[in-house]
Amino acid sequence: MNGRKEATLFVPCIIDGMYPEVGEAMVEVLRRLGVELCYPAGQTCCGQPAFKAGYRKEAVVAARHFIRTFESAGTVVCPSGSCVAMVRHRYPELFRDDPGWLEKARAVGGRVFELTEYLVDVLGIEDVGARYRGKVTYHDSCDLLRGLGVREQPRKLIGRVRDVEFVEMKDSERCCGFGGVFSFKYGDISTAILKDKVRNILDSGADTVVGCDMGCLMNIQGILSRTRHPVRAMHIAQLLAGSSDALPSPARRVPHPPCR
Amino acid sequence: MTRIRTELFRQEAGKALNNRHLQEALSDFQERISKATATAFSSLSDAEGLRLEARRARMRAIENLDVLLDRLADKILNRGGRVFFARDAREAVEYCLETARRLGVKKVVKGKSMVAEEIGLNEALQEADIQVCETDVGEFIVQLAGEPPSHIIAPAVHKTKVEVGRLFSEKLGIPYTDDPVALTRAARNALRQRFLEADMGISGCNLACAETGHITTVSNEGNIRMASTLPRVHIAIMGMERIAARLEDHDVLLRLLCMGAAGQRLAGYVSYLGGPRQPDQEDGPDEFHLVVLDNGRSRILADEDFREILCCIRCAACLNVCPVYGKIGGHAYGHVYCGPVGSVLTPLLVGVNRAKDLCLGETLCGACRDACPLHIDIPGMLLRLRSKLADGDDGWGVKRERPAEKLFFTLWAGLVRSPGLYALALTAAAFLQRLPPGAKDTITRLPYPFHEWTQSRDIKRLDGRAFRKRWKELR
Repeated sequence: MNGRKEATLFVPCIIDGMYPEVGEAMVEVLRRLGVELCYPAGQTCCGQPAFKAGYRKEAVVAARHFIRTFESAGTVVCPSGSCVAMVRHRYPELFRDDPGWLEKARAVGGRVFELTEYLVDVLGIEDVGARYRGKVTYHDSCDLLRGLGVREQPRKLIGRVRDVEFVEMKDSERCCGFGGVFSFKYGDISTAILKDKVRNILDSGADTVVGCDMGCLMNIQGILSRTRHPVRAMHIAQLLAGSSDALPSPARRVPHPPCR
Repeated sequence: MTRIRTELFRQEAGKALNNRHLQEALSDFQERISKATATAFSSLSDAEGLRLEARRARMRAIENLDVLLDRLADKILNRGGRVFFARDAREAVEYCLETARRLGVKKVVKGKSMVAEEIGLNEALQEADIQVCETDVGEFIVQLAGEPPSHIIAPAVHKTKVEVGRLFSEKLGIPYTDDPVALTRAARNALRQRFLEADMGISGCNLACAETGHITTVSNEGNIRMASTLPRVHIAIMGMERIAARLEDHDVLLRLLCMGAAGQRLAGYVSYLGGPRQPDQEDGPDEFHLVVLDNGRSRILADEDFREILCCIRCAACLNVCPVYGKIGGHAYGHVYCGPVGSVLTPLLVGVNRAKDLCLGETLCGACRDACPLHIDIPGMLLRLRSKLADGDDGWGVKRERPAEKLFFTLWAGLVRSPGLYALALTAAAFLQRLPPGAKDTITRLPYPFHEWTQSRDIKRLDGRAFRKRWKELR
């Protein structure tokens, strides 16, 4: 090992199209840690929306494209627990009757990591040298928590952000009512579940709610915005990108080799 | 047959969401019971090991059902009991009615049984002029109110004590009270009389064991024990899957059942029943009948994708953690089996198209799979049901739903495999979103079919500069 750290970025469709600043924040954090990044320009969507709505043939099309795109990549990092869970756990199901693709799917699945998982479990870093002045609470996204078993990693990272006061909300592990297509098809049930989540966020006294999945955050931010609550919903990459003067070596630009 | 109302899911869910009492009751109940269950599991030295062992035992039993059921039946026959294998609800009901007729039964006391609800036994008995009295306090309440149960273990969870007080004062003629102790006493007084008068007891069956040839009933009120031993005849009805091969497996499942259901190490009353009263026994019925019900289960058994749902021991742990059940309650599901387990079982039993809202109306959060003592993959099965709705399925007789959505995802699939087109579409969509005069970053109203989202939520517009564009500058 020469200590060189490299990762390939997978930026999910919601972040690509609606929240590109979250992708930028992730780049900022990883660069600060000296990770060499590459971004395969051919990437699109992991197929989760189609899969969860029941359209497996269409999800297979997306999955094949994803595998082709990231087949030759090393470690893949993605700022979304549900997309990683899709690749790691659902692709093998999609290709269960197709041994060739199944093998490829498993290989890629074994190399895809969610951002906080990558930072804490792969790089072994908890302090990314961030600073944020505020009272922060954390929402556990379902796929991240139950699908990937990631619970402590984001809390460790938040805990090491300077000036942050961290508070646990009640029932942080309970679903926010997003569920992708569910929140569009069953808007009123989804809203009822979401209202509980927002009440727990507000009761915690936090001014910022942090999560690891833009789906949940879009849902939570959506109602906070409608009801004009000043609480901010923020992706963990944005929290971690907040710069700190305590960082030993300031953010440095790392050259980016072309993607393999 | 009981009335199946799964088609009314949206309507009934809407009503439930507007019922403040129900919202409070469900929220309190879930809060209390889910924590009790979690605490009970965490008190075990090897909860995970026990769950895995139970799961293996359940799967083994289900894969050898024919042999195990034969073994159970033989043992019961040898003790002078009778066993009837019912292919469907009609056969099961007919058997019960014939037995009642033969013995001149006028009054029946019943223990809580989801299978009896499934086959519509109460209605059939009442039509035959036989009085049926539910003896579980929760079931007794919903029977008095003329409602179906709304939870597998806590059938009257949707009722407040004030509602029960009013109901009792109206139907039992007692002065109004909402004191739970006084209400329980009133129910008990009413039920005692019924126990003494009844000619027949009917119960479900929580578990059965092939090795010993017995069935097991579990309650916290002792009512099932009374219903199965006091009257001169006892009919127990079991879904054909509720069997364990060995006593060892059975005991593990029993522990998990009590923990999953109520956070208890063991329920207050557990009875092992294997036939009628023997000559050397003082208590027990003259006749013991076991009705083993198929009613669509062998079809589920034949499908490897859904077989796992037959492992369910009906502890209702999944209901107690489900965010959707916690908002809409059991009645919205429109069938005896509600909550996450009902969302899989009901479509398979009554038709996937008919129960499409049950398959689609879940967030797939996975809390049910974690809470299930057997880790049954309910979200995985919901996803498989959704794929049948999306593309149709001859095996299950499912017609394709939502052709417009299919078209949308077909186009979407074309885009996701062509990065150039995908990027172009993204840019075009972002541009079009900016066109309406006064368009802001935040959308407050989305058009059909996305309009339900913006009933309560804003949504951000697509960013004109997607990450894929920004990356070029970041390099």
